[in-house]
Amino acid sequence: MPAVSMTVNGKAVTGDVEARTLLVQFLRENLRLTGTHVGCDTSQCGACVVHIDGIATKACTTLALQCEGTKVTTIEGLAEPNGPLHPMQEAFREHHGLQCGFCTPGMIMAALDIVRRRGNDLDEHTIREQLDGNICRCTGYHNIVKAIAAGAKAMAKGGARQAAE
Amino acid sequence: MSATGIGAAVRRKEDFRFITGKGQYTDDVVRPGETRAVFVRSPHAHAKIKSIDISAAKSLPGVVAVLTGAELASDKIGNLICGWMIHSKDGTPMKMAPHPALASGKVNCVGDAVAVVIGETLAQARDAAEKVKVDYEVLPSVIDPAKAKSGPQIHEIAPKNTIYEWHLGDAKATDAAFAAAKHVTKLDIINNRLVPNAVEPRAALAEYDAGTDGLTLWNTSQNPHVARLVIAAFVGMAPEHKLRVIAPDVGGGFGSKIFIYPEEVVCLWAARKVQRPVKWTADRSESFLTDAHGRDHVTHAELALDANGKILALRAKTIANLGAYMSTFSSSVPTYLYATLLSGQYDIPHIYCEVDAVYTNTAPVDAYRGAGRPEATFVVERLVEVAARQLDMDPADLRKRNFIKSFPHQTPVIMAYDAGDYNASLKKALELADVKGFNKRRREAARHGKLRGLGYSTYIEACGLAPSQAAGSLGAGVGLWESAEVRVNPTGSVEVLTGCHAHGQGHETTFAQLVSERLGIPFENVSIVHGDTDKVQFGMGTYGSRSGAVGMTAIVKALDKIEAKAKKVAAFMLEAAEGDIEFKDGKFTVAGTDKSAAFGDVALNAYIAHKFTGAELEPGLKETSFYDPTNFTFPAGCHICEVEVDSDTGKTDIVNWTAVDDFGTVINPMIVEGQVHGGIAQGIGQALLERAVYDKDGQLLTCSMMDYTMPRAHDLPSFQIGLTETKSPSNPLGIKGCGEAGAIASPAAVINAITDAIGTEELAMPATANAVWSALKRAQPRRAA
Repeated sequence: MPAVSMTVNGKAVTGDVEARTLLVQFLRENLRLTGTHVGCDTSQCGACVVHIDGIATKACTTLALQCEGTKVTTIEGLAEPNGPLHPMQEAFREHHGLQCGFCTPGMIMAALDIVRRRGNDLDEHTIREQLDGNICRCTGYHNIVKAIAAGAKAMAKGGARQAAE
Repeated sequence: MSATGIGAAVRRKEDFRFITGKGQYTDDVVRPGETRAVFVRSPHAHAKIKSIDISAAKSLPGVVAVLTGAELASDKIGNLICGWMIHSKDGTPMKMAPHPALASGKVNCVGDAVAVVIGETLAQARDAAEKVKVDYEVLPSVIDPAKAKSGPQIHEIAPKNTIYEWHLGDAKATDAAFAAAKHVTKLDIINNRLVPNAVEPRAALAEYDAGTDGLTLWNTSQNPHVARLVIAAFVGMAPEHKLRVIAPDVGGGFGSKIFIYPEEVVCLWAARKVQRPVKWTADRSESFLTDAHGRDHVTHAELALDANGKILALRAKTIANLGAYMSTFSSSVPTYLYATLLSGQYDIPHIYCEVDAVYTNTAPVDAYRGAGRPEATFVVERLVEVAARQLDMDPADLRKRNFIKSFPHQTPVIMAYDAGDYNASLKKALELADVKGFNKRRREAARHGKLRGLGYSTYIEACGLAPSQAAGSLGAGVGLWESAEVRVNPTGSVEVLTGCHAHGQGHETTFAQLVSERLGIPFENVSIVHGDTDKVQFGMGTYGSRSGAVGMTAIVKALDKIEAKAKKVAAFMLEAAEGDIEFKDGKFTVAGTDKSAAFGDVALNAYIAHKFTGAELEPGLKETSFYDPTNFTFPAGCHICEVEVDSDTGKTDIVNWTAVDDFGTVINPMIVEGQVHGGIAQGIGQALLERAVYDKDGQLLTCSMMDYTMPRAHDLPSFQIGLTETKSPSNPLGIKGCGEAGAIASPAAVINAITDAIGTEELAMPATANAVWSALKRAQPRRAA
């Protein structure tokens, strides 16, 4: 079995994986980072979104071996243990942008990428369009849109560290 | 109202673990020595199993076992059941066909499980599953419910594939009213088949402890105690006291995770056979094939009115597709959860409804958010809107003319509405939606080549399931009460063990709001425990918008007992008569004095027991209540949908959504609004985007999220939510419940709006761009564009 090495949430990790092992499986099963979720099998739902070298990527459609030498950030890496939450995380709580929580890690990671690409002043239309790759069945998106707009603004105030690197 | 009491928009306690990725969903649970299960499923809709050759599969590396339906049967594992008895008009009981957890002899739908591979790793199990050779003899199948009665017979017990032919209401009186009516509106309606698609797929992890002969099941269940009861008593897997079911964090249910499915039964059985934990998690395509689907009604409906628009009668004939097997609650959905709501918000003297439930070679169909009430609301609200158009009346005026105005109101279809004010929600919705300005907006849109339309849905539903005796008299095999145990700890914090389950509804917050306000203790000091049959006394779970009305009332009853016991303790502490003790704002006081004791001190004293003897009072401060509601509750309201249709493309934009709902008392308005948003989104999905499509051979064509159109953020508007309030008289909190209302009201509002825009009623759900464009082309527009 080939070995793969990468940095996940700032820590160097190695593991033996099959060629067909998906990144999401490596994270969940080898590293026991179960915050990244699997919700579909055609790359539609976005529950698996992580950042690879600062870019939002669906971990269900990425092979673990493809991530050799990369820096991966998962939902678990957004805030220091016992430290303050990332402003985007806080915004989801403040605006009730989650109900069952299953799509939430992927939503938050995708939201950070929207900010990276579109800035901190996001309008409703932009957010809705940009969430094409993230499905929520609980919230109807109304509060997710509010949370992302608020989280983006809060990030501009430089509250906590950014997600990438 | 305090910052954390009833009515406050308290931010949720449960959020921390979800926003940090520390939730524990079933697939996140890992047990030592865990194996993985992969099911071998039928590729045919209807076929005899001639043989199963597992030899090649068994020889692959990492394969622990390969098990089939024959072994399940010889191990005497019982069948899955439907727990709600429905009788046909002629008195015969419903025809419940055997449903083994692994098919034996015959498969009855694509996806029907015939074998399971247990492997060391998921990849190894998958590889081996592909090597299981099943020799099928394909049989002709029947897919269309409208043709089920003349199709090939699927189950020996059900000639003409008919499960039951049921009815409700007075046929003679209804027919007489129709015969005398000045105006009759007729509609043929298909309520499209849906796939619930909670984003967390179903999963089961079973573990056997040989030392205690005990089984543990982690399962994505909305009702772990019900799962335990069915698997123990009906499937016969183990005695109830030897089976623990844990429903940890569950990623959405919407009804689909109520039912007891083959996979958890097989995992339990396999775990005991291989003596290692067995974990199964559905692929999304497996979810599409095997999660209970929703809706799937074919209906002919008629409304009789007099010349002034007064409704005289309603009749409907429905064929309900229950799929290949009767799922756990399936029989109740098109009967007692549907026909009993056909009065809507209106005073209708005569109603008659016939429902024929049929088998087809498709996935089982059961409750999905709203469960019968969206189907009823669609029938009633489309009939009323179309009648208004035919009578050239304003649709709001026609409704107002027929609203029930005095309560209690006995409908002709069992339900007796206890309290409501339908005019109030309509009036508020008309204002919020600026209906007065609609015609101007329509003309403006027309100048830009767009068609605007407005659609109403004044819905009512029955939820807060349910008074047990009433439910039993209608065929329910179980009671529908709820339980709560309130444990006050010596240090004054409180745990509430509720028989409800939260899979997004925020009970850890809302239930704590109730307890904290009642006991006058900090919100942070209240913990809500649910989901584990080892911890929590029997409860019926969460569905049917019942956790507020029934679950929270059970907590109130237990709190009443806590207060009574605590007063006794306080009396000893304060050396006063029990009758002189008052409790307010977390303090026990002796009436007319300044002697007092804080709740925390009383709690400690209850456990230290120094101030009283065992003969005078039992120590401890913990009380239980099993609460059986006295009636259903009846949330109701008015949704107004405004759309803009592009006549060149048929695309519909929802430009405004207004919802004004009466849920009685609202514990946390933020959470209630969230429930409404989510429900509306699912209803819009039904109306515009979603349909489970089988081809003529029973292949599910919409078997992934690429083919089945899930609503995405850009498909939906933001929502304008308002509330009116008439408290429910049947529970002390006055709660009606809110979980399903959005999904119940919304499809009718969407279709009413689009048909208003395009000037034809010939439009079925989902009203995709293609469907709307085609309808426009076929019809004569009522107005020039």
